Formats: sequence, C-alpha cells, structure tokens
Amino acid sequence: MDSIYRENILEHSKHPQNKGHLDPYDYAFEDTNPLCGDEVRIELRVDDNGTVTDVAFDGQGCAISQASASMLTEMILGMSVDEIKALPKEELLEEVGIELSPARLKCALLGFNVLKASLYGKAVEEEIG
Amino acid sequence: MFDTAAVKRDFPILNQGGDPPLTFLDSAASSQKPQAVIDALVSYYTTTNSNVHRGVYKLAVAADHAYDGTREKVARFINASSADEIVFTRGTTEAINLVAATWGRMNVKADDLVVSTVMEHHSSFVPWQSVALEAGARFEAVRITADGDLDQEHYRELLAQKPKVVSFTQVSNVLGTINPVKEMTAQAHAVGAIVCVDAAQSIPHMAVDVQDLDIDFLAFSAHKMLGPMGIGVLYGKREILESMPPYQGGGSMIRKVTLEKTTWADIPSRFEAGTPSVGDVVGLGAAIDYLRNLGFDSIAQHEHDLAAAAIIRLSAIPGVTVYGPAADVTRAGVVSFVVDGVHPHDVAALLDERGVAVRAGHHCAQPLMKALGVTATTRASFYVYNTIDDVDRLIEGVEYAQRVFA
Repeated sequence: MDSIYRENILEHSKHPQNKGHLDPYDYAFEDTNPLCGDEVRIELRVDDNGTVTDVAFDGQGCAISQASASMLTEMILGMSVDEIKALPKEELLEEVGIELSPARLKCALLGFNVLKASLYGKAVEEEIG
Repeated sequence: MFDTAAVKRDFPILNQGGDPPLTFLDSAASSQKPQAVIDALVSYYTTTNSNVHRGVYKLAVAADHAYDGTREKVARFINASSADEIVFTRGTTEAINLVAATWGRMNVKADDLVVSTVMEHHSSFVPWQSVALEAGARFEAVRITADGDLDQEHYRELLAQKPKVVSFTQVSNVLGTINPVKEMTAQAHAVGAIVCVDAAQSIPHMAVDVQDLDIDFLAFSAHKMLGPMGIGVLYGKREILESMPPYQGGGSMIRKVTLEKTTWADIPSRFEAGTPSVGDVVGLGAAIDYLRNLGFDSIAQHEHDLAAAAIIRLSAIPGVTVYGPAADVTRAGVVSFVVDGVHPHDVAALLDERGVAVRAGHHCAQPLMKALGVTATTRASFYVYNTIDDVDRLIEGVEYAQRVFA
C-alpha cells in the first residue's frame, strides 16, 4: 500500500508556509471539519488591482489538512481575487498529489473551502464542494 | 478461558487474508460478526421471513415466535423481570431518545435539574441536554478526575440539588472507565431521581443485571456485541414504561383508532410503531448465545489482559500519552492515546497502512475531549477475537508513525 504521507505532505506539515496572521487583512474566514475537529483560518491582503499580496493561514489538525492549507497559500500568492474564485479544487488536489478517501478529502479541502468562503463572506461548501 | 484462535476463526471478515492482513481494533465503534450470527440472519430470511403480529398463517406465526422468543432471551440476558420490559429500537441512540422524548418531556419541567456527565457519548448527552433546554430546566454534567473516573464528590453535590433524572454511561467509550452503576443508582434513587444508563460499551463485555443494579432505564446496541447493525434494546422498569406516552404513532402501537382519537397498546408494543427489524432481532439472539457460550468472566479477563498489555507498552514509548484508568485497574478494553507531534488521524492512517484498524477523532465525546484538554485521540479497542499479536502490531504501527513524522 502506497503511503499518503509523501515527502511533500510531510515537508509542508513539518514546515508550514505562510503560517501566522496578517494585521490588517482584507479577507478572512475560518472553519472546522466537524468530523475530526481540524481547524483552518486564512487571511488575505489584496492590492488595488485585487491581487493577493499577502496570505497567512493558521490552524490545527492532521498533516493532510495543514499541509494542503500550506500548499494553497503558496499557490494563490499573486493571483487575483477573481482567479481564486474560479480556482477549481482539482488544481490543489493535483498539487497535494495523493489518492485520498472521501473522509481524508474533507481534510485536504478544508483550507480550500475556507479560502473560497473568505472571498464570498460565508461558507459556500455546497456550491464548490 | 476460551481458545482465542478458535474464536477468531468464527469471524469470516478477520480471515480474508490480504497483505497486510486485517488487525481489527475498532470494536468499540462496531464489532465484527461471527458466522453464527450471519447464519441466523440468512436462515431467518431463507426460512421464516414474514411480518409479525398480524398473520394467521404458519410462516407469520414462526416469525412471531422468533421475534418474541428473542425478546424473552434478551430479558433473561439482562435479568429483567419480564419480557414486557424489553423494547426493540434501532440502537442505543434511539433508545435514549425514546426515553428523553417520552418520560423526559412528560416529567422534566422548568427549573428542574437534569444530570449527565462529561464522559458521555453524545447519544446519552444530547437527548437529555435538549429536553432540559426545551423545558427551561438546568443541565449539569459530572466532572472527571485526573484518573479518568467520574468525580463522585461532584456527583453527590449535584444529587443534593435533587435532579429529576441522571443519565450516565456504564463504560466510557473513550477511557474504558467502568462506572460504579449500582452505587450511583442507589444514591440517585435516595433523592428521588430516575436513572438512565447507557450500556452500549458495557453489555458486550460484562454481565449486566438490571434488577441487581436497580436502574430504571438501560440502553444498548446489538452491533457492538457481535450482532447486526440497526437493532438495539431499551429496558425500562414496568411501572415507568406503563406511565409513558408513545414515542411514534403507527402500526402495532395502538389499541383502538377512531376518527376522534387513538388509545395506546400495552408495553412494549406501545413503543414499537411500524414493522420491526425481525431478522436483526433474530441476529441479536444469536449474538447473545455466542457471548453466553464464551462466558462474560472469560471475556472480561481476556479483554483486560490485552488492554493492560497495550497500555503498558504504549506508555513505555517516549512521546505517547495514554488516557484513562491504569493497566492494573478493573477497566474495559478501550485504550485512547495521543502521539506527540503526530495528529491522531495521521496515526490512524499510518496504522491503516500496516493493516491495523483503529479510530481517531473525538469519538462522539466532545465534552470529554475538552475535559482532557485534547482535540482528538487515537483509540484502540479489544474484543473476543483479538490476540496478543494484535497488540504487537499496534505497537509496531505507532512506532512506524513516529518514524514517519520524526
């Protein structure tokens, strides 16, 4: 059986990128995965053109949820708000790069759903799930 | 003591081979089923299936016999004074909800006190909390001690405030603590409270005698005691059950229905609206036979041996914290632990790579997680088909998880 704990996951889990908080920020949202209690908060700062200039995440949980949130912050730096709104989840999952069971998929997409919710100002998991 | 290798051979799901083979350490969530239970289900649907209570033909009489015969078997199993005190439900959760929605709504009033504990599974916590909130009653939860026991001093303080009802578990599904049900029940009765006991985690592992314990309500599920999913039992003392209104309306629970009104059937039918899951009840009967054949003294000893070995060896690993009563205390075969630097879900996923099935998360006990100061734990639970080899594989898997995250 292939391990889902590949080097990229472990690397981001042990050394998360953009971990912390922004003050001030333009967009923020946080949510939990009620199944396992994973928590992720994402904060964004954008310039006048709507481009993300700073991003930070904070949270606690399993390696999959925290590593994918870390990867996500690297991915969206420099993207526009509209680009992020249109970002398909498959792009993040490709970066995560491992086969996940439905339960662990929720872990991997927690940060993604929080990011989208930060831009829409509410949880929109149903639409983007 | 029974032959564990022979017992394991009775469980087809554990003998499918595979690489790595399955080491099943999640029986506290749901146990596996012996061939005898699977055969009973197949036999029922092959030879006996028909609806109960209304048929006049031979097959329906046979189904009736299978259904009510098992009710009598369950009554003997927990030493109820009558089969009328046995209500079949979908499981522990429905059984407790039944009590809360009927006895609870009828008796819990504004400013009354409802007592539960922080050790509860949500199924024995949420229904009573909801009843209390709805009635404008107070809801208090007994704290736990550092050893993972209920704080009996706090319990007595709450009893001094004369609660209407106390609801607690016989065995913690996270810590493996065995609560002193008989003493707690006597103390509750002394102040006039009704006692509702969640036996989901106790009845698979120990003999439970409702008359000796003198409890008013007892709830348990078949699927944690080798039986099928979707069937469970509510025991209630006759005079209390007779005082209660129905839980759901429908077939079987009526005496007479007219355009103006409906009168209720006697107990236990009053609480069994609709077609029951007769096949699953038959499966529960086969599970009871299987457990009684092994004997609860042997079962408890076997599980304690495995849990004690797991606790001692896990505690010896640097960075591993084990929760709940110590290895030398009389406790159930549930072992919760946390590995420093590795989230419980990751521990469980890495154990799964080695074929070891354990549960990780809050175990439907969020108030307990908060009391322990953790967000989640990894939980291994042992049952009749586990062996000391399974403990070895658990330990090896935990050490593997630590290496991956080193």
